[in-house]
Amino acid sequence: MVPFVARVRARRRETRDTWTLAIDAGGLKFQPGQFNMLYAFGIGEIPVSVSGDPDAPGPLIHTVRAVGAVSDAITRLKPGAALGLRGPYGTSWPVAESRGNDVVVVAGGLGLAPLRPAIYRLLAERSRYGRIAVLYGTRSPADILFPREIETWRRQRNVEIEVTVDHADRIWLGHVGVVTKLIGRATFDPDHTVALICGPEIMMRFTATALKAAGVAPERVYLSLERNMKCAVGQCGHCQFGPTLLCRDGAVMRYDRVQPLLTVREL
Amino acid sequence: MEVRGLDRLICEHPFFAGSAPEHCELIGGCARNVRFDAGQYLFREGEPADEFFLIRHGRVALEMMAPGRGPLRFLTVNAGEIVGESWLVPPYRWIFDAQALELTRAVSIDARCLRQKAEENHDFGYEMMKRFMAMLVERLHAAQLQMLDVYGSDA
Repeated sequence: MVPFVARVRARRRETRDTWTLAIDAGGLKFQPGQFNMLYAFGIGEIPVSVSGDPDAPGPLIHTVRAVGAVSDAITRLKPGAALGLRGPYGTSWPVAESRGNDVVVVAGGLGLAPLRPAIYRLLAERSRYGRIAVLYGTRSPADILFPREIETWRRQRNVEIEVTVDHADRIWLGHVGVVTKLIGRATFDPDHTVALICGPEIMMRFTATALKAAGVAPERVYLSLERNMKCAVGQCGHCQFGPTLLCRDGAVMRYDRVQPLLTVREL
Repeated sequence: MEVRGLDRLICEHPFFAGSAPEHCELIGGCARNVRFDAGQYLFREGEPADEFFLIRHGRVALEMMAPGRGPLRFLTVNAGEIVGESWLVPPYRWIFDAQALELTRAVSIDARCLRQKAEENHDFGYEMMKRFMAMLVERLHAAQLQMLDVYGSDA
């Protein structure tokens, strides 16, 4: 529960309000989909998924959007600045378990960041998987996370990459529309597909429904849920989601296990 | 020969998948092949909506002009999809622009011709309405999601 002191090695702006921090954390290991608690001293602590390569040595990579006091303070940390860090916590994307299957990765907005470690690992073991599709939807072309890397994936790997935005000006020649529409364009065998989804909950709900309509069984669909995580070790109950505690039983969960809860308004 | 070819194209288009051959023939009687180069408009806002398009190849952007902001793209339509629904209801005017983003090949359906056939053959008209209604509901749901701005900072 006690954070250790880590230091920012580098900071890069991704979009208008989103930054990626490289944090020296003593070689801390993690699995794709796991998160750390980042503590801005004197302000507060928030859960942030790791967005870097789980198999790469070096600093931990976290991508943070400045939406509140703590996240804003964290995104303002300059190289050399200290922050508290504890983790990693939570469940992980079933990357190894998906070997031999097609894999459909559906990301919405900042949701690409928690999925990126899974994509790195899928690409590192490309021959172990069938078709891989990465479908990414975001607000506008200016809000696309990791655009250069997406182009690298598109060019260099045997991966289907589709990006769509909710609205655009005329400079953008790609897709415009909701990310669920991309599912119909992707090539995969629904009976042998594992789907990984991360984004705003409403986007995940519609995406999971679209995947189900495309023939992917709910038990083969995984999503990353978010609630008000505080302790991150299943003690405080702040992140209770029905019978589950998301910090301990999630954040990555199987759709068939949470599907009934997603439409309970009180949760 | 050309009409029979269009019947086939229409029946093979995903939007009309599973249609009765006689319905494809009826639609084919109102159809012609069209082609648009990149940058060319299929139609502009305010013009009479007297046709719609089954996209066979290419991609079309739907845009609206916003004062001070220029044209805003809100949907792209790809091969296998439909462009145009304003022909269904009066006053039969386009309410947005449609511009080809790349070389686009389509089947254009004459809306007056089709409306007339739907009036004369209500079974056919009902089948058409069911197909267009499904597409309209899907696009309405998508528009609702876009309007919610779920990826915004405060979402």
